[in-house]
Amino acid sequence: MATDIQTFPEKASSDRTRIIRAGLRRRHLNEQIFRGLGIAAIAVALGFVALLFVDVFRKGIPAFVQSNLHLSVTFDAEVIDVGPAPARGDFASDAEYTAASLKWQRELAMLNWNTIVEASLRKAAPEGFEIDSKQIQTIPETNARHQIREMFVANPSLLGQTVDVDVLASANAANWIRGNINRDLGDAQQQLSAPARQLIDTFVDNGTISNGFAWTIFTNVDSRSAPASAGLLGAFVGTLWMMLIVIVLAVPIGVAAAIYLEEFAPKSRLTDLIEVNINNLAAVPSIVFGLLGAAVFINWFHLPISAPLVGGLVLTLMTLPTIIIATRGALMGVSPALRQAALGMGASKTQMVFHHVLPTTFPSILTATILGVAHALGETAPLLLIGMKAFVASVPATPLDQATALPVQIYLWQGNENRNFFEPRTAAAIMVLLAVMILLNGVAIYLRSRLEKRA
Amino acid sequence: MNALVVAGVLIVLLGISYQTGWSKSRNLVTADGVKVHSRPQYHGSFTAIWAMIPALVILLLWAWLGGGVTHNYIVSLIPQDTLVSLDQVGLNATVGRIQAIASGYGVAGEIAPYEQSAGDALRSFNFITFAGTLVLAVVAGGAGLIYARSRITARLRARNSVERVVNVLLLACSAVAILTTVGIVASLVTEALRFFTFINPLDFFFGTVWAPNNAGGDNHGSYGLLPLLAGTLMITAIAMLVAVPVGLLSAIYLSQYAPKSFRAVAKPLIEILAGIPTIVFGFFALVTVGPFLRDFGNAIGLQISATSALTAGVVMGIMIIPFVSSLSDDIMNQVPRTLRDGAYGLGATQSETIRNVLLPAALPGIVGAFLLAVSRAIGETMIVVLAAGNAPILRGSPFEPVSTITVSIVNQLTGDTDFTGPQSLVGFALGLTLFVVTLCLNIFALYIVRRFREQYE
Repeated sequence: MATDIQTFPEKASSDRTRIIRAGLRRRHLNEQIFRGLGIAAIAVALGFVALLFVDVFRKGIPAFVQSNLHLSVTFDAEVIDVGPAPARGDFASDAEYTAASLKWQRELAMLNWNTIVEASLRKAAPEGFEIDSKQIQTIPETNARHQIREMFVANPSLLGQTVDVDVLASANAANWIRGNINRDLGDAQQQLSAPARQLIDTFVDNGTISNGFAWTIFTNVDSRSAPASAGLLGAFVGTLWMMLIVIVLAVPIGVAAAIYLEEFAPKSRLTDLIEVNINNLAAVPSIVFGLLGAAVFINWFHLPISAPLVGGLVLTLMTLPTIIIATRGALMGVSPALRQAALGMGASKTQMVFHHVLPTTFPSILTATILGVAHALGETAPLLLIGMKAFVASVPATPLDQATALPVQIYLWQGNENRNFFEPRTAAAIMVLLAVMILLNGVAIYLRSRLEKRA
Repeated sequence: MNALVVAGVLIVLLGISYQTGWSKSRNLVTADGVKVHSRPQYHGSFTAIWAMIPALVILLLWAWLGGGVTHNYIVSLIPQDTLVSLDQVGLNATVGRIQAIASGYGVAGEIAPYEQSAGDALRSFNFITFAGTLVLAVVAGGAGLIYARSRITARLRARNSVERVVNVLLLACSAVAILTTVGIVASLVTEALRFFTFINPLDFFFGTVWAPNNAGGDNHGSYGLLPLLAGTLMITAIAMLVAVPVGLLSAIYLSQYAPKSFRAVAKPLIEILAGIPTIVFGFFALVTVGPFLRDFGNAIGLQISATSALTAGVVMGIMIIPFVSSLSDDIMNQVPRTLRDGAYGLGATQSETIRNVLLPAALPGIVGAFLLAVSRAIGETMIVVLAAGNAPILRGSPFEPVSTITVSIVNQLTGDTDFTGPQSLVGFALGLTLFVVTLCLNIFALYIVRRFREQYE
């Protein structure tokens, strides 16, 4: 052996180098492939994020445009032949006046306001355009007649006058204008009749129909009979009530529980149990909390169904573990020097915790709270089980009224039969929800960076 | 209205009692050299606690017992001969009518004279008892206040008493977490047991047909869990097939290769996925991913339904990518640096170190992380409600619509809360199954992760 090396040192070492070189090339190639796989995985993940946002925005942005019909409406005295509006001066008491006024409004409600709407539509149509009454009524939204009646109730002196009024175009008309429905489909598959479609196109050309920003999405409540005017206000207020309850209950209880477990609890079986229990609660599927709400709050305690109060309680229980875990983490991170300094100056343990330790964890608690609330805000499944998917066409004035929530409204809208109209609407509602969540997360990040700098 | 009055009275009582204790404490004469033990705030809080607790106890007692007392009073108002003729339902209806008359909302139909007089009597009864309870509460609070004030001396250890109360309050708050679990278990178990009085547990757990008869009647239909379980597991498996490679590889790249600046941008961007509400993923699956997969299937000659196990699984996989990646990231960061340095020292390339040293060392922890992800996928609801197709049939193809446990809970329970038949009670049996399965997965996963952490500490 020794002679071999002495005799052919160059050959052996060059062989070895060759083998290693060949191996190295393969190994470096593998390295490149592995690295490429990592980049590809990140590209896939980020691609999904981008795709989801682009998709939702592409679908949702058109829904922020609404088609308005500019009509000149004549409050025809022949149609509106009820007596003059009762005046307060003619009655002895408020009660009598209210009764007479309500009677007058009931009479107004019995009138055929559609004829007034129709007359104004015909006035805007070209001379001699042939379309029957039923067909022309499909162009404005069904609540146009209520809108005009309410104008008259508010201002009875309009009788006999002609005023310019903007009413919403119906959902089907909006579909046609925006091309949400295939314009080449035959008559049988179209939602609107041929003359109505032709008239809509004429209206668009002569400026009777124009597009504007859809404020109604933010200012109206949900509506079934008049889908074009359906808005998010009711759901938004319902969500606000629930978030209020979550903040008022989950933050104090969660922080107090965390303080007890981290600072005061003796190390015992019981505290171990509480700890394991909290970790598990954080991982329980949200729908199980919905079952808890349905059985305990509604069936056993008889709290009202569909109420933001129950929704808020369920979401509170769901958010609690998050806040407890985050607060404990923050308390654990407080430097022992601070504690010892406080104790050394003669503070009691409670004083040490509440006066010195807790204030330094404020930024973390605030961030955890906002993130927990943001999570609760997007939760849908438990709310379905406590009846919050009922159709509610009013703004909940108290947490005990029937209400729905933003994510549930999204669920309800995506199930609407008028897909062509409601798919963009749903995407628009999602944009609103995402905007609220991004805002909350942004506030959390901003506050954390600011407060941590100050601390 | 009443709640506002009560709240107002309590706040006034709180303010007065705190102020009383505080000012007495300030005026304590310490001439004989005794230092005041507690600061004025503690004397204030001490007095406030002594005033609030008796008042609250009385109000809570009334809130608890008041309903029964009022009910008995109303029953005593109904004339004897009417009372005998009423059954339980009729009695409840009459009591309801009298309450409605008393509240002033009015009732439908003719009001009998005895109902009118009972309603008037009830109205004054309600007012008297409400005012009486409130006065009693205020008197009790005032008595507590006076007692506490008389006890305030320089030597009184007010701070210690207040801190004891604070401690009890803190303990009560952490008991809420326990109560939540107790509530979950109690509600699921009692309602599930009621379900099993209708349906044999064996038929539920091993039945292969899911066909609840939601119309009601004597024929309840069949409630076999297996089709739902199969659908759940299939969707979960597809989700993990998507999430594990993407999540794990991106975690490896971000933690081992990526420059700091890239990591600082990419990691939060991926974690956006974790913050998006699941209903949004559901919508995305329904209107975009589903049709895309269907068209893609048509192009390559496969029959794929727009709503199918595949659609729901893929989108759920996207949803849990950040979950898998951030957990694996944590786990890999806990593998000691020395192991990696050893491998580099022997001449291994970075990818060889990762594949042959880092991953095997981190494997138990990563498996734990995957199990947590599985448990999350099993309990996920909105994506499957929208995109899985709701077809509770036992079949093996991922391209067909399926149904899951969570979907069936939503279908059986929404809008219906009288919980009388198996149609709605089955939701709780399904919920119990879901709870037990996810709980076992979580406990097992957390156990693995903890064992793994201890290994390297």
